[in-house]
Amino acid sequence: MQFGIFTVGDVTTDPTTGRTPPEHERIKAMVTMARKAEEVGLDVFATGEHHNPPFVPSSPTTMLGYIAAQTRDLILSTATTLITTNDPVKIAEDFAMLQHLADGRVDLMLGRGNTGPVYPWFGQDIRKGIELAIENYHLLHRLWREDVVDWEGEFRTPLQGFTSVPRPLDGVPPFVWHGSIRSPEIAEQAAFYGDGFFANHIFWPTEHFVRLVGYYRQRFAHYGHGTPEQAIVGLGGQVFMRKNSQDAVREFRPYFDNAPVYGHGPSLENFTSQTPLTVGSPQQVIDKTLTFREHFGDYQRQLFLMDHAGLPLKVVLEQLDLLGEVVPVLRRELDALRPADVPDGPTHEARVAASVTDADTDLETSIR
Amino acid sequence: MTTRTIVVVSAGLSQPSSTRLLADQLAAATARDLPAGTQIITIELRDLAHDIVDNLLTRFPSQALGEAIEQVLRADGLIAVTPLYNGSYAGLFKSFFDVIDPEALAGKPVLIAATGGTARHSLALEHVIRPLFTYLRAMTVPTAVFAATEDWGSASSSGGDLTARIERAGAELAALIDRSQPAAPADPYACVPSFEQLLRSR
Repeated sequence: MQFGIFTVGDVTTDPTTGRTPPEHERIKAMVTMARKAEEVGLDVFATGEHHNPPFVPSSPTTMLGYIAAQTRDLILSTATTLITTNDPVKIAEDFAMLQHLADGRVDLMLGRGNTGPVYPWFGQDIRKGIELAIENYHLLHRLWREDVVDWEGEFRTPLQGFTSVPRPLDGVPPFVWHGSIRSPEIAEQAAFYGDGFFANHIFWPTEHFVRLVGYYRQRFAHYGHGTPEQAIVGLGGQVFMRKNSQDAVREFRPYFDNAPVYGHGPSLENFTSQTPLTVGSPQQVIDKTLTFREHFGDYQRQLFLMDHAGLPLKVVLEQLDLLGEVVPVLRRELDALRPADVPDGPTHEARVAASVTDADTDLETSIR
Repeated sequence: MTTRTIVVVSAGLSQPSSTRLLADQLAAATARDLPAGTQIITIELRDLAHDIVDNLLTRFPSQALGEAIEQVLRADGLIAVTPLYNGSYAGLFKSFFDVIDPEALAGKPVLIAATGGTARHSLALEHVIRPLFTYLRAMTVPTAVFAATEDWGSASSSGGDLTARIERAGAELAALIDRSQPAAPADPYACVPSFEQLLRSR
């Protein structure tokens, strides 16, 4: 079981002080958080990708490469990489380069992106979101597995005799998660390739995602990658902790009430009862997180959102210290419950050992 | 024979409200032309006002709002009644339909009605409210019922009165429900294309 944090990279005014951090400070704060994540024993740091204010992370592999040089064991990932508006050739190149620099400590989560204007800014049409995700990933998947690619599709310039360099480290491409909050087509895509499916259920009621994850598991088995229980599932989470739960509620409430996504809407109490958000003691976080497994089955990766809504870095680092105390308990509980034939979270070493390339080659042949 | 269900959505904000009064009379008139046992469910948007705004912000419904939306989607016929504010539907009325999947009302038999101070506002039904349901590809019945304050004191014997309009609209909705298949909300997982289809349809 892998635990980590994911960040949106928003520059948000701290509602308790009125202070807005400059972009430079926010970017460096994200790096500090990543280093702290490794220090407190987390496994994964993932950054979002955005191309509009008030967000800073437009260039994830640049940031992750810098973090790679400052960490040893941390897996560097994304949440999400835009498969619709990025050129799949550039994704193949950037992440293969990052994979080499980080000695394999890299995977990525693909998503379509829901900011309307980003599509036309990058020459695409949001109404073609699903088609872009399907075609672009199909090309990306081939670029990492075939040394020479001839390609013709609807959305980009054709390729003749193209080799994406560098080739993936040890001949094993980075593991791919597909993220979606509402599209069974993306669950179908993840299942077809035997890739991971990430359900970022932090802003929505759990019931909505149970069906989506269930569909992915069933289709994963349909395509012959294993049993439904062996499918690779990641989940989101959002917590704010203090030793005393009343302190956590009192301190977090102004951030909640003014947060970009749900602020000025439902009460903190309503939102925590309907979504994975937990504001309380470390024990409450443990109890709530353990219910995720009851809803979704044994899963491989748990990412927490810890730093949005204008929370200052100092508080975020305190939160990561507390998360470092919570995660060993969760890890012990969830690892003990997971049956032996259900895989652990994906790592480069494990994928090299399993020589997944053979299986992938077979897959490629079958769909051409 | 399947029991048919009529769902009434009333956006009146005062209590008691003349919008609700009109809604109840329309529901009764519709039920009279349908088999005994027809179920009538009434949703007062006032009770869901905060939930509707929360849904606009968070993009998911509270449990109570989720149940109300589900009832609308499962209805064999919908009676949608709003007071007119500034020449148009009440904002709460529009917001309720804004948080419903825009595909979900396609083909749904709908009776539209409105209340207002004077009959000078009555064409708002044809110029504002009917186009909303046309956009949603719902099947609105020809008669839309407008009740001005003075209509509540008009004699039934004078012809063309409110009662007659209610009866005519109810009969039209009942006839449309009678000709329609029982409603079943679309299941988003029922027809997900396989990956091969997704790849081919590019």
